[in-house]
Amino acid sequence: MAHTTEPTPVVRALYHDDDVLISAVKEIRAAGYKISEVYTPFPVHGLDKAMGLKETRIAMAAFMYGLLGLTVAVTLTWYMMISDWPQNIGGKPNINWGMNMPAFVPILFELTVFFAAHLMVWTYLVINGLYPGADAQNPDPRTTDDYFMVELPAADGLVDVLKKSGAVEIAEA
Amino acid sequence: MFVFTSKMKLLAGSLTLVGLVFLLIGFNTDYSSHAAEGHGTSAHAEDHTAEASAVDVEAVPAADEATAHEAEAADSHADEVDEAEAVDAAVGAEGDHAEGHEAHAAEGDHAAVAEHVEGHEAHATEGHGATHDLSANRPWAAFLVNSIFFLGIGIGTLFFLAIQYAAQVGWSAGLIRVFEAVAMFVGIPLLGILFLAVTGGMHMHHLWHWMAEGIMDPASANYDPIIAGKEAYLNVPFFTVRILAYLLIWAGAAYLLRRNSLREDAMPKGQNMFFTQRKLAATFIVLYAVTSSTSAWDWVMSIDTHWFSTLFGWYTFAGMFVTAMTVLNLLVMYLRLNNHLPWINANHQHDLGKFMFAFSVFWTYLWFSQYMLIWYSNIPEEVTYYLPRFKGEYKPLFVMMVAMNFIFPILVLMSRDAKRIFGFIGLAAVFVLAGHWMDHYIMIMPGAVGYDYGFGFAELGGILFYAGLFLWVTLSQLAKAPLKLQNHPMLTESEHFHQ
Repeated sequence: MAHTTEPTPVVRALYHDDDVLISAVKEIRAAGYKISEVYTPFPVHGLDKAMGLKETRIAMAAFMYGLLGLTVAVTLTWYMMISDWPQNIGGKPNINWGMNMPAFVPILFELTVFFAAHLMVWTYLVINGLYPGADAQNPDPRTTDDYFMVELPAADGLVDVLKKSGAVEIAEA
Repeated sequence: MFVFTSKMKLLAGSLTLVGLVFLLIGFNTDYSSHAAEGHGTSAHAEDHTAEASAVDVEAVPAADEATAHEAEAADSHADEVDEAEAVDAAVGAEGDHAEGHEAHAAEGDHAAVAEHVEGHEAHATEGHGATHDLSANRPWAAFLVNSIFFLGIGIGTLFFLAIQYAAQVGWSAGLIRVFEAVAMFVGIPLLGILFLAVTGGMHMHHLWHWMAEGIMDPASANYDPIIAGKEAYLNVPFFTVRILAYLLIWAGAAYLLRRNSLREDAMPKGQNMFFTQRKLAATFIVLYAVTSSTSAWDWVMSIDTHWFSTLFGWYTFAGMFVTAMTVLNLLVMYLRLNNHLPWINANHQHDLGKFMFAFSVFWTYLWFSQYMLIWYSNIPEEVTYYLPRFKGEYKPLFVMMVAMNFIFPILVLMSRDAKRIFGFIGLAAVFVLAGHWMDHYIMIMPGAVGYDYGFGFAELGGILFYAGLFLWVTLSQLAKAPLKLQNHPMLTESEHFHQ
């Protein structure tokens, strides 16, 4: 059985309260088990810290996207308004980009925000495998209503820990 | 309990005293030497009437050294004007605004006689003419710069304190005592401005150009019809009354909020004055909405009396608010480092840092909104404000100021972690404070002293004087009551605040 392709069996524990969930997550991690996923019907404040999730890097991505947007805007305004087809608009100088820069600031700002916001959303969706027609990844529809589920790989002694932590239902899959 | 140690007392007291000595030296310095260096802005008398022309400028009796420097100064300015007009003032805009000296400014006939260019330059740089040497205003203008800068710390914090009550803010409840202590400072710079208004009314200086003798009098040679049209608002008695009203409303609100908060401490456990405080705060905010704008028009915008900008009040307020947020960040940082605020953690500091960051951007937004509309519409009566600032000698300061107030806080404070690290906050704070001091300087100096600006005893003295008083007031207020409110209903929320 050295090259098994079977997925490792997982244990799913259901909780009925978000406060219990948080303390349970802490207990499970303190007992040395690794939690792979938690499903909740609403965002639970402090859960990410309790689970020990890494800090998101989306902020750095957003900054890069913003810079990209700014670059696109500079190129766009320079090519259209200065290089390709300079026009006299309100007598504003169009000899070089810098002289006419104040007029472009709204465009620079909007495109920076546009790129940062849109690409950030797309990045989020791609990383999380969310796209139109994607299969639901939720193993139990009750977690969209009033149950909280902790999912983790099966291990020895895990069930006792889960029971002790206040799980109302434990299933192995 | 915070203690106002004798070491800090000594620091605050000596700062105030040294500042006072510097101010005395500054006020007794003769600044007129700068005028002879060939700027020629102050020496050339001129009138404001709609017929202002080359002949008029020449006809008005010029100050003694004016004649000697006339040709030279005109020459040196001709190039500058050439450039300024070619780029900004005159491109495609000539003739549309043939009104008084504006027409004069937009003519763009550089072949005209030297006096002509001279007259235009004087208009462009000062926004108004003057029959007296503007350099005499220098120490007074410097004192106004410092008064406005330090007033910003007090009034910005008072406004912030009022918001905490009006919006029922939870996270900041553990910091209210710090806000109160800083807000109590608001009266002192107001007294400084009152002093300037009274001395101006006594004609000891003409920092506010509309206070000049005879400027509202049609019979006077100094008559200015545009300024005379504003007499109903810009007159010394009403001006003084307005300052007293600001003093009453602002310092009064600070005093009442502080008094109620101390009373609340003495109440039995579980009772509080939150709703009294909320009503008071809401009332103050409504009054401040009006007075923040009018005070900015009074003290800063009326220096360039002909010029006006509708968002000037907000622009000034934004600068003041950032200054206040920065000082609060530093003060909370200082208190935390000395373990006076064990219930305050990096999350609270983070939120204060967000305010500093966000309002730096907000300030830039308003600054640019004002600049771009004026740049784009290119109406001479408006662009005169930006000519000395963007085309004249103030340009390096102006550009540096924008960089310090926008690019620097953006880059240093954008990251989440940076707002939680003392070093980054401190670094950004130094730049933001210096930047906003320069912003006030550039708002006031070109109109008040023309190009006779500088940084000397008067400027430094004002900073030290007010900084000493600020330390004294704030630290003694902090020491007067426990740093943690006793009965505030949001206190628990504040202690558990995290993100």
